[in-house]
Amino acid sequence: MSVKISVKGEVVTAYLGGELDHHSAREMREAIDTAVELNIPTLLIMDFSQVSFMDSSGIGLVMGRFRNLQRTGAALHVTGTSPQITKVMKLAGIGRLAKMDLGGFEIENDK
Amino acid sequence: MKTINKFTMTMESCSANEYFARAAVAAFVTQLDPTLEELNDIKTAVSEAVTNCIVHAYKNSIGKIYITVEIFPDNLIKIKIRDKGCGIPDVEKAMEPLYTTVGGERAGLGFAVMQSFTDHISVRSVIGKGTTVTLNKKLELRVKCNA
Repeated sequence: MSVKISVKGEVVTAYLGGELDHHSAREMREAIDTAVELNIPTLLIMDFSQVSFMDSSGIGLVMGRFRNLQRTGAALHVTGTSPQITKVMKLAGIGRLAKMDLGGFEIENDK
Repeated sequence: MKTINKFTMTMESCSANEYFARAAVAAFVTQLDPTLEELNDIKTAVSEAVTNCIVHAYKNSIGKIYITVEIFPDNLIKIKIRDKGCGIPDVEKAMEPLYTTVGGERAGLGFAVMQSFTDHISVRSVIGKGTTVTLNKKLELRVKCNA
């Protein structure tokens, strides 16, 4: 499990890696929340391209960040999801909330 | 039905073991030459069941999780994940998508994932005694090559 944060202007990107489960989600959550609090971005990108496995803990991670971003009205983009991750995300109905395309989707916040 | 092969393991309900549990089950199932999608479905379902034991059954303690995987003819796999934790008061309610008792960042989708990633799930739970989740999945029969 790994998480790398990059900040460019008003965009915070979190590059997630390894296997995302209940055990590893906490560290990812803390790193992302710290970066968001510090930088107050208008867009958070969660990059899943290096995540090899995800269970429903990943849904909690995405939805929790979405809720936090609602405070400032920032947008959330999820990119690089593998077929296995997309299958889990779809089950959670995230597709109903957000535009979903191949390997990722966008959740726009209504201010 | 006759069991072709069987694997049993017991482990502590530490969250670090979530990875180990799904990897061990996947490694055992590999002998049936599953597709990548079938293997991922099994890993995801096992991960959910084991996480339930850790987060719910043994909420504030560490207990034992018992995992049995049996292989039957025609590529049928039966995975049993058992705990001796607190038990589920209302199994039907617990299996409803988005229902969660712990709040926070648990999505309440554990059973929904197990249901949709396997062919059949059964849950037996007794308050104060524990819970047994049984997951069945039939793998596609692969064409054997007799070269």
